[in-house]
Order: sequence, then structure tokens, then C-alpha cells
Amino acid sequence: MNPSDRDATGLLTRPDEFVQLVTPTGERRADADFDPWVSDIDTAALGRLYRDMVIVRRLDTEATALQRQGELGLWPPLAGQEAAQIGSARAMRDDDFAFTSYREHGVAWCRGVGPAELLTVWRGTAASGWNPFERGIAVPQIIIGAQSLHATGWAMGAAWEGSDAAAIAYFGDGATSEGDVNEALVFAASFNAPVVFFCQNNQWAISEPVGLQSKQPLARRADGFGMPGIRVDGNDVLAVLAATRIALDRARRGEGPTFIEAVTYRIGPHTTADDPTRYRTEVELAEWRERDPLTRVLALLEASGVDSAGLEREVAVEADRAAAELRSACIAIADPEPLSVFDHVYAEPNSHLERQRAHYVRYLATFEETDAAPAGDAGTGTEGGAR
Amino acid sequence: MTTLTLAKSLNAGLRRALADDEKVVLIGEDIGTLGGVFRVTDGLKAEFGPTRVVDSPLSEAGIVGTAVGLAYRGFRPVIEIQFDGFIYPAFDQIVAQVAKLHYRSRGTVRMPITIRVPFGGGIGAAEHHSESPEAYFAHTAGLRVIACSNPADAFIMIRQAIASDDPVLFFEPKRRYHVKGEVDEQASLADARPMGVATVVTPGDDVTLVAYGALVQTARDAAIAAEEDGVSIEVIDLRSLAPVDYATIEASVRRTGRLVITHEAGQQGGVGAELAASITERCFEFLEAAPVRVTGHDIPYPPAKLERHHLPDLDRILDGVDRALGRPNSLSGVEA
Ligand SMILES: Cc1ncc(C[n+]2csc(CCOP(=O)(O)OP(=O)(O)O)c2C)c(N)n1
Repeated sequence: MNPSDRDATGLLTRPDEFVQLVTPTGERRADADFDPWVSDIDTAALGRLYRDMVIVRRLDTEATALQRQGELGLWPPLAGQEAAQIGSARAMRDDDFAFTSYREHGVAWCRGVGPAELLTVWRGTAASGWNPFERGIAVPQIIIGAQSLHATGWAMGAAWEGSDAAAIAYFGDGATSEGDVNEALVFAASFNAPVVFFCQNNQWAISEPVGLQSKQPLARRADGFGMPGIRVDGNDVLAVLAATRIALDRARRGEGPTFIEAVTYRIGPHTTADDPTRYRTEVELAEWRERDPLTRVLALLEASGVDSAGLEREVAVEADRAAAELRSACIAIADPEPLSVFDHVYAEPNSHLERQRAHYVRYLATFEETDAAPAGDAGTGTEGGAR
Repeated sequence: MTTLTLAKSLNAGLRRALADDEKVVLIGEDIGTLGGVFRVTDGLKAEFGPTRVVDSPLSEAGIVGTAVGLAYRGFRPVIEIQFDGFIYPAFDQIVAQVAKLHYRSRGTVRMPITIRVPFGGGIGAAEHHSESPEAYFAHTAGLRVIACSNPADAFIMIRQAIASDDPVLFFEPKRRYHVKGEVDEQASLADARPMGVATVVTPGDDVTLVAYGALVQTARDAAIAAEEDGVSIEVIDLRSLAPVDYATIEASVRRTGRLVITHEAGQQGGVGAELAASITERCFEFLEAAPVRVTGHDIPYPPAKLERHHLPDLDRILDGVDRALGRPNSLSGVEA
């Protein structure tokens, strides 16, 4: 993993360059700085990265279908961002900690989050699906950019405790406009926190193009905050893996935060409630489809003498199995008990809430007595907007 | 009269405001090309151009903070906060800056900023998409807080908010966006019911029931249901949460002697608490029973599958009415 004792900092001042190790057509490009960081990735290991990407794409497709079939309330698809998520998350150690937004299903997959754990939130049965401390990944964040501060604080704490674990904060291009992200960058730099800011620039913040958030490559912002910034092909799993390894290595050595801009593309809608045809063109979409993160890995494996067709079949079977598991886990998620609305509001007893809860128990009991169920829907209800 | 959804009537109101005053500018995330996630600003950028209808960078503090500067410059910014739960990043700019500048500048600086907030639950949304943050703002001196409940009001109230020289938090009941109603698109502001005035939407004699936003319809449904039970409920659409039109509520309570207030927001420190206290102070000798609040629980907004156990619905409102009337109810036999 760590190719030499060389100081990694020098490698991470390429904010204008587009670091790429595998081209869209699957050619391996030599890069003297980055190659050593992925020298352990032989064809077997590359096959495993390919497998990860295929599976999370398949899980994503299945979850989208589950939403369309009414089993999930909402789903934010990751399609197109597999390499950015798998490459970065596979660079993490078990004791590192990921702080993500709502789209990082691939990161969750790498952290061992199970199918039901992944879906409870989107099925609307619970506010969170997994125990962050068991998985090494915080509960997903919807408030844009808030998690970047949390990652920074976690990293500050890790450093103060003398640990060499690091945090990764995942956020989008739009998030870089929020105060929280900018404040996180200030804190991380000031306290030399072992944190990696991993920005997936997927070109769009719902309907707003990245150009509305920034007039220059996002990686260049790093310099202003006093940390190295690097711009990497986010559809190139090998380049992302190398860059994240370098950044994590810097963090572990006490060299502080790094900003990575992974240039990628959101192929699908922002969420299943969004209509991207209102704001982007077919031409743009077609261009990005050419740069698909999965096909190029398969082409590279083929060129390296691997039976790529065989691998593709084998992995597809595995992915279908994972998707079937996701589907059955989703449908098996039970509706929560009514009174669980009162659980976990406070860690300590709270008399006010106890009283409110007791009242609601009595209220529900009035229906049992009259043998009538409480009115089904709270409201007349309308369709949710595009979130 | 035209039949419009609430979302479309807001769109019509915004169009009128943009046409009537070139200092009116709309700013928000996704409001331009996309027309807003609820399409409330649909078509307005195409009609008025990108300096009147502005897609902003993804920063709520940025949107409100720059609106302050625009107001200094004589503009009348109309901001969209995409969802209730995303107003908090802008909270400091709203309560520490927007609310106070007129006072701090001894009346020389006007902050005619309208902050549109789709609010409330009942649409099965994800976290942070169903909040009722109105009390934070009603608590802050210098802000006006209003909530519309139907298309006709929405068309007038959004224009009144924009025309007001005070900053206005304008709450839109998102679960009613697609509900249709009659709208008089020729309605003039001069003839309209003032922004701060409540409306008696269902006259009645036994209980005064105050609601705002999405719950006005639920309250009306409750009044219809109660009628079958021989109970006559007077439903008041509060419309203005700060300041409150106490005259209308007082007049009603003096006749009915009973007050029930309902809102989706939690009870503690909510708008209902303020109404209960103020009406008790003003009408104590007319009250036959203590005011009753039927509200959301004091919990974070729950996951979608549980929201029906949080939001006041027709049955919970009727139970509250029974409490106010001393009829059998969920608290019968229990010390209050
Ligand atoms: C504070 C806040 N404001 C607005 C939103 C609504 N919203 C959800 S996602 C989104 C766009 C985010 O874009 P980006 O940061 O690029 O991430 P992406 O969704 O593209 O991964 C917006 C505006 C939100 N969730 N939080």
C-alpha cells in the first residue's frame, strides 16, 4: 500500500491536471508519481474492484426499481459514480471513518453495510439503518456539506488521541458552496486534521451545473485553504484508489488534510423524484456514457490476458444474487411500531415526553375500544416534489 | 375566476409581482431552469430573464446574506428555501441580520425580503423535508410570519408579502401544492384582506378551532365530521403567525367559550402555546375550559412510515375538541 518512504505531499499539488491511469478505452497510462501507489493491484485485485463496481451498480438499479414499484419512498442513484466511490472507499482501513452524504451507496457497500441496513431510511421505516461504530461509516447526511465538519472533528479527535486513523468526508460539487464545507476546510487546515475531503464532482447539483458553484477547478480551492488539492479522473477506479491512498497516507503521517476532486458524472436523475431532461442534454449524457467507469476496467483486464467475458458473466451472476438479496431484504423490512416515534429522542428520561407518550397510548386505545382504526393517512397528501 | 393549484397560484402571484415592480428579484436553488423542485417558479426565468429569476449557488446563508445587500441597494428579493429543513444554515442571517436591521438602523434601512418556505409533512418525504420551523421565526422580533392555506389566499398573500416593507417568512403548505381552488387573478392588493388578518373559514358556535397551513383543510373536515355529532366548530385560518390577529380569535372565543389550536409543529414553545396563553390572558372570563393544543409530538420529525402517528389528523383534532367540550376523550378520567 505504501510504496516508499517518500513524502507524499509533493504528489498532491496537481489541481489543474486530470490524473488518469486507465483511459476510457482501457489503456493503462504510466504515471511515475501515482503508479507506485497501485503497484499491488494485479489483475486479480483489479477484478475485485470491477466486481465491487458491478455489484453496486446492480444494487443501484434494483433500488431504483424498488422505488418505482412503491417499495421505497425515494432513491438517489449513484450510477456513473462507481469508480469514485469504490476506488476511494477501498483505500480505507477498517479503523478509518467515512462521513457521507445520501448518494454513497458504494462507500456503504465497501464498509460492509447490509442490504436492509442500506434501505430502511429510503423505505421510510427508520431514521438510520446501521450502527456507525460497527461499520466505520456515519449515518448518511442530507443537509448539504454538514458531514465535512463532522469528519474534521473526528479526525482532530483521532490525532489528539495519537491514533493514525483518518476520516474521509464525501460531498458533491454543489456542497462546496455551503458554509459548512468551507468552515471544515479552515478547521482541518488550522488543526492539521487527518481528514481527506473527497469531492465527487458529478457536474450537477440537482439542476445547477458545476459552473454555478465554481469558476475554476474545485481542486484549486485547496490551495487557498492551505492544503494540497488534486484533480483525478473520477471514472478511473485505479487513479481514485491511488489518489486516496496518497491522501490517507499523508493524513496518517501527520501531514494534515487533502482535498481530492474526483471528476465524474451522475448518469441518472438526482433522485427518483427528479426529471433531468428539464436541464441537461442527451448529447452531454452520451459523452459521459463513453467514459463509463466499468467498461474501461473490463477492457484493461482483457488486454492483460484475463478472460473478461467469463469474468463479466461470473460477476453478473453474483450481482444478480446481491440484487435479489436486496429486494427480499427490502420487502422484509417491517413497518415500525407506532410508539417507536417516541424512542431515542433523549438519552436520559424526559418527563415531558413521557407524558406526551402516555397520552398518545391512551389516544390509540380509544380506537381499540371503539374497534375502529385511526385514520390511515395524516393528510390528503400530494406527490412529493423533486428532492 | 380561474381554477388553479396552490403551486400555480403562487406562480401567478410571483409573475404579477415581477411584472409590477422591476426591483423584485427571485433567488434560490434550482428555481430558474428547473422551475423549482415544486415548479412554483416554473417558466419565470424564461419570461423575466436570469437577472430577475436567479439560480443561486448551493448556500442558504449566501442566498439570505446577499439578499440583505440587495435590499440595501433597493431590491425586493424573494427567496426560495428549497425545503423547510434547509433554512437552518441561513438562520443566522435571518434572525441576526434580516430581522434586526430596520431597528438597528433606526428605521433607515428597509428589509423587504420575502423568504418562501415549503413547510410541513404528510408527503412521505425523507429526513429534513417535512419540518415546521415557524415558531423559531415567530419568536424573533422584526420578522413577520405568514402561512397560506389555499390557492386564492396564496395568490394575494405572496404579493402582499413582497409588497411589505418588513421581512416576511412565507410558509407554503407543501402537501397542498397540488390542491386546486378558485383564484381571482384580477384581484387587486388594495381590495384584499390585509396580510395580518385571520379568516373565519367555517362559522360555528361551540368551539373555536384555530389552524394554519395544511391543517386548515383538516380542521374544516373535522368541523364537518363534528356537525354530524351535533357539535358546531368555528374554524379560523390564522394566516398570520406573527403578528397574530387576536381580535378575530377573541371575538370567536367570546362566543364559543372554548379554544382548540392545532399545528404540525411540536407543542413545546410552539405557536399554539402563544395563542393559548394570550387568549387566556385576554378572554379568561369567557373561557369554559382551558385551551387545548393538538400538535405534533415533541420529537424530531419521524420517518415516513410513522408520520401519521405524529401529525394531527381529523381524529386527533376531534379528540381535542372533545377535551375542550368535556366530552369523553383520550384523557377522560386522567388528571390533566
Ligand atoms: C442545506 C441543504 N440545502 C439544500 C438541499 C437540497 N438538495 C439536496 S441535494 C442538492 C444538490 C446537491 O448537489 P451536490 O452537492 O453537487 O451533490 P450531488 O447530489 O450531486 O451528489 C440540493 C440542493 C439540502 N439537502 N440541504
